[in-house]
Amino acid sequence: MQILSDFQLHRPASLDEAVQLRSELGDGAALYAGGTELLLALKMGVLEYEHLIDVKRIPGLNAIEVQGAALRIGATATHRDIETSPLVAEHVPALSKLARHVANVRVRAAGTLAGNLAFGEPHADPAALLVALGATVELLSSGGRRSLPVEQFAVGAYETELGEDELIEAVVVPLPTAQTRATYLKFQVLERPTVGVAAVARDGDAPTVVVGAVDEKPVRIEASDGVEDYVNAARDAVDPVDDLSGSAEYKRHLTGVIVRRALEALAA
Amino acid sequence: MTMTTTRISGTINGREVTTEVDNATLLLDLLRDLGLTGAKPSCEMEVCGACAVQLDGLPVSACTTLAIELDGRTVETVEGLAQSADALHPVQRAFLQKSAFQCGFCTPGMIMSAKALLEANPSPSRDDVVHWLEGSICRCTGYESIVEAVLEAAEEMRNG
Repeated sequence: MQILSDFQLHRPASLDEAVQLRSELGDGAALYAGGTELLLALKMGVLEYEHLIDVKRIPGLNAIEVQGAALRIGATATHRDIETSPLVAEHVPALSKLARHVANVRVRAAGTLAGNLAFGEPHADPAALLVALGATVELLSSGGRRSLPVEQFAVGAYETELGEDELIEAVVVPLPTAQTRATYLKFQVLERPTVGVAAVARDGDAPTVVVGAVDEKPVRIEASDGVEDYVNAARDAVDPVDDLSGSAEYKRHLTGVIVRRALEALAA
Repeated sequence: MTMTTTRISGTINGREVTTEVDNATLLLDLLRDLGLTGAKPSCEMEVCGACAVQLDGLPVSACTTLAIELDGRTVETVEGLAQSADALHPVQRAFLQKSAFQCGFCTPGMIMSAKALLEANPSPSRDDVVHWLEGSICRCTGYESIVEAVLEAAEEMRNG
C-alpha cells in the first residue's frame, strides 16, 4: 500500500473555527472534504501537508438550497448530493445530469463540488458548465466574504484564486429562467473526460459555449453565427496537448465534434 | 517517527469499534489489519472498485478513504453479510446462481456496491445497474452475469 506522511487533523465545528485555522496554519494546511483528489496526491507524495482541516463535520455546510434567484450549493455537498437533490433537478437539471456522470459512484459519494473546483484538476466536468451558467464561488476568510465568478476562480492546472487563508463556503448558480436551455456533453474513454462542452442558451440569445477538460481551464468560445461558426471558433480557441487521452490534433477535432453535438442537443 | 493519532469510535459490520489510529492510516489498511480482507488493494486510485465498502450505506473506495472517517459512522464489508454459508445475503445468492464471478478478486467490491445500489434504489432498471457499476472492474466475466445477478437480487429483495 502507498503510505501517507503524518499530519495533524483538525475538525472545526463551525465556519468561524475553520476560518481561524486557515489564518493560523496558512499554506501548511490543506482543506479536506471528500479527499477524492487530495488523498490521491498525498498517497503519491505529490503534495504534503502538516495539517488537514476536515470541514465535513461543520453542520449545514452541505446544504443545497434556493436563496433568492440562485441555487446555493454548500461546500461539502457531494456530487451524489447534487445528483439526487430534487432542487437541483428542478432548477438546473443539466447540473444533476453532470453530477450523475462524474467519475464513478464511489467518487460521487465522497467527492464534493467545491473540492473539485478548489483542486483545479483540468480534466474535470463541473467547471465548464458552471462557467457557462455564470456560477460564482463564495469565499470566506477571517477578513470577510467575497464572491468570484468560477471563470475567474479557475486560474490554471491545479491553480485557483483561493487564498491560503480562505475556504469555499458555497457554489452559487443563478437560477436559469424557464426558457433557458442548458446541456453538458462529454467524451470520455479513461477515468476523466477528454473533452467536455457546456452550452447554455438564455431566452433565445446566442448560446454561451464553454469547453472544459482540454485546456488548463475552461475556454469560453466567442462566436455568434450558427453551429459552424461555433465549431470552427472552438477548434481555434482550444490549445490541447498530447497525452494519454489522445493527441492534440485528435482533441482539437473532438472539440469541434462535441461542440456541434452540444449545440444540436440544445436546439432539439 | 511518532505518528499523530486520533481516537475514533464507529461501527464495523454491526460491532462497535473504538481504537486509536494513525491519522495517515487508510480505511482499507485498518480493515485488513482487523482481518477483514474481502476488500482488496488493487488500483489504489478509486478506479477499479476492488476495495469498495459501504460507509453509512454508500460505496466508497477504502483505498482512498482515511480510517478516521469511521469515527461516528458505520462501515459494512462483505464479511458482515452472512453468518454462515446457508444464510447468504440475497446479492451473494444471486452472484452464485448467475455465476457472476470467476477468479473472485473483484467480487467483494461488486457485492458491496450492488448492495448499496439496492438499498438506495430497490427497483433499478438494467441501465441503473450498469451505470452504478461503472468503475467496478471485472477482468473475467464480461459483466453480463454480474448485471443479471444484481437484477435478480433486486427482485428477490423486493419479494422479501
